[in-house]
Amino acid sequence: MSQDTLFDKVWDLHKVSSLPGGSDQIFIGLHLIHEVTSPQAFGALKDKNLKVKFPERTVATVDHIVPTDNQSRPFKDNLAEQMIETLEKNCLEHKIKFFNIGSGNQGIVHVVAPELGLTQPGMTIACGDSHTSTHGAFGSIAFGIGTSQVRDVLATQTIAINKLKVRQIWCDKKLSNGVFAKDLVLHIIHKLGVKAGVGFAYEFAGPAIDELSMEERMTICNMSIEGGARCGYINPDDKTFSYIKNKLCAPKSEHWDKALTWWESLKSDENSIYDDVIKLDASKVEPTVTWGITPSQSISINQQIPFLDDLSSNDKLIAKEAYEYMSFKPGQLIKDTPVDVCFIGSCTNGRISDLRVAAKVLKGKKVSKNVKAFAVPGSEKVATEAKQEGLDQIFKDSGFQWREPGCSMCLAMNSDKLIGNQVSASSSNRNFKGRQGSPSGRTLLMSPAMVAAAAVNGKVSDVREFIN
Amino acid sequence: MKSEFTPPIGKISNINGQCISLLGNDIDTDRIIPARFLKCVNFDSLGESVFEDDRKTLKGKHPFDLEKNKNASILVVNSNFGCGSSREHAPQALIRWGIKAIIGESFADIFYSNCIAIGIPCFTLPKKSIEEIQNYCDNQFLFLEINLKSSLAKSKDLNFNLEIKESSRKMFLSGEWDATSTLLENKNLIEKKFNQLPYIKFNTNFL
Repeated sequence: MSQDTLFDKVWDLHKVSSLPGGSDQIFIGLHLIHEVTSPQAFGALKDKNLKVKFPERTVATVDHIVPTDNQSRPFKDNLAEQMIETLEKNCLEHKIKFFNIGSGNQGIVHVVAPELGLTQPGMTIACGDSHTSTHGAFGSIAFGIGTSQVRDVLATQTIAINKLKVRQIWCDKKLSNGVFAKDLVLHIIHKLGVKAGVGFAYEFAGPAIDELSMEERMTICNMSIEGGARCGYINPDDKTFSYIKNKLCAPKSEHWDKALTWWESLKSDENSIYDDVIKLDASKVEPTVTWGITPSQSISINQQIPFLDDLSSNDKLIAKEAYEYMSFKPGQLIKDTPVDVCFIGSCTNGRISDLRVAAKVLKGKKVSKNVKAFAVPGSEKVATEAKQEGLDQIFKDSGFQWREPGCSMCLAMNSDKLIGNQVSASSSNRNFKGRQGSPSGRTLLMSPAMVAAAAVNGKVSDVREFIN
Repeated sequence: MKSEFTPPIGKISNINGQCISLLGNDIDTDRIIPARFLKCVNFDSLGESVFEDDRKTLKGKHPFDLEKNKNASILVVNSNFGCGSSREHAPQALIRWGIKAIIGESFADIFYSNCIAIGIPCFTLPKKSIEEIQNYCDNQFLFLEINLKSSLAKSKDLNFNLEIKESSRKMFLSGEWDATSTLLENKNLIEKKFNQLPYIKFNTNFL
């Protein structure tokens, strides 16, 4: 069992009690809610005649169902309108702070909380969304929960949960030019598989992780769940603290000094004990693209789609499903695969640095005429910043559509969807069957820079040929 | 799918029912309930849409569409079932279709806790035993009597020692799987914890 890791320290700090049977009651320092997984939780509170215990510890925004073309109310989609109205009503009734469209702070919940300074080291953070692991980039212990647990957090600010084991993923050296955090995390998931993380929290560490910006660290932690780990985190450092400083909700003046002193003490001890340690060489990672229907089915840009015989017996069944669904043949190169749609956005890669790197690839170039390309900023703040830097114009000049913030085609709950068996080059996190809105749609996950390169060439391309 | 859905309440110690086998590793929650069905403010109508896209693709041949499975209530699956999105809509759709328990090689973490929270026990068995059950189900009806006290599953021809997390087993037997009331019992401890947390004091700009 792990000892003296950041995970152990934060867990112990937030432990309220040991529950009968062996799970722990854990206090949740920050609870984030959105329109999809909260209405039934508020409904259950009403049924049980309960109130929200600490309304000031819950913050809401709207992201999954928002249209990205026309956000004027009422939404064209009646169901989407009903969902945002329900959230508005619930927040008002229970005095929960809600960042609505037009507030300047609306956006994807995992983009918004860090940029507001709500996400801080040493906190426990929960949200009814599996990508809550994103917040672990700040040295918080953050995980996704279901609606019944959202109800429990609202009613008690605690949940019942079994303690996770801790696996350290040590990333040596550093990423080479043209290779990004997304490539690294896809590589990690490929190496370990989609279920290796079940029952674990992942601690990402090592020189390659230290080198990453906060936004890149968020990309890494965001996709922990795609490796099966409900929680992923990185020990906080000076980059973490300077990112938080001066954010709207960050501690100010003398409180900042106290916070900093505490945060600086928060990290895994040098001789802490892990349940498992994996080491890898980050300098060997190349631009990576998924070819299948799980995020672990990925290869480097210059590799062939694997043959059945090259795979372990466990991976064969899902590989057969993937060949058929994706219409790929074993041995085929992923490079030059024609794409129909290019999507830049999501809680994985919809931040300002993602838009900057994509814009760098797109500047002075045109999107292929066979491609529908669109960029969806992760939040209103990201959109504003992008406009100030003129990035929106670069996207538009290249032929990209520039949209309003939301989750959009990562999960296609709004009208942004693939049609038929279109192939999408996507900066999002899941390539599951039907994920992007068409039951036969095909998703190739890659970094935003790679999506931009694919958009220009109309086919899967090596972004290093654009930027080196 | 049952026309009237009654959620489970209280102690759960025995589950008897027919098995329905669903083959495949890494079946994610997007497949169990595609995102377009998440546009709802309650879970009531999810049962009919469970595995909607997979069922359409298989045109009546999906296990959830086979006549012989229409009264089945124990789902038998392979590894990493329920991976991906945290949507509780997935187990809510399964329970409304008629699933009362799941036996699998392994489950994704969030899916597992969602199942426990709504009263669906999830058991694990080694790959070989799962395959044995799935092969049996291909040819004939398999009725299992599951006893949570002993973790035994019995049928006319097959018997299994099921695995379940001890914390979950105890919660089902005591009826405390609906965690809210258990958590609320510690309200004094919750207040105390809140007052002890260092960051509550310095987060004066918190909302």
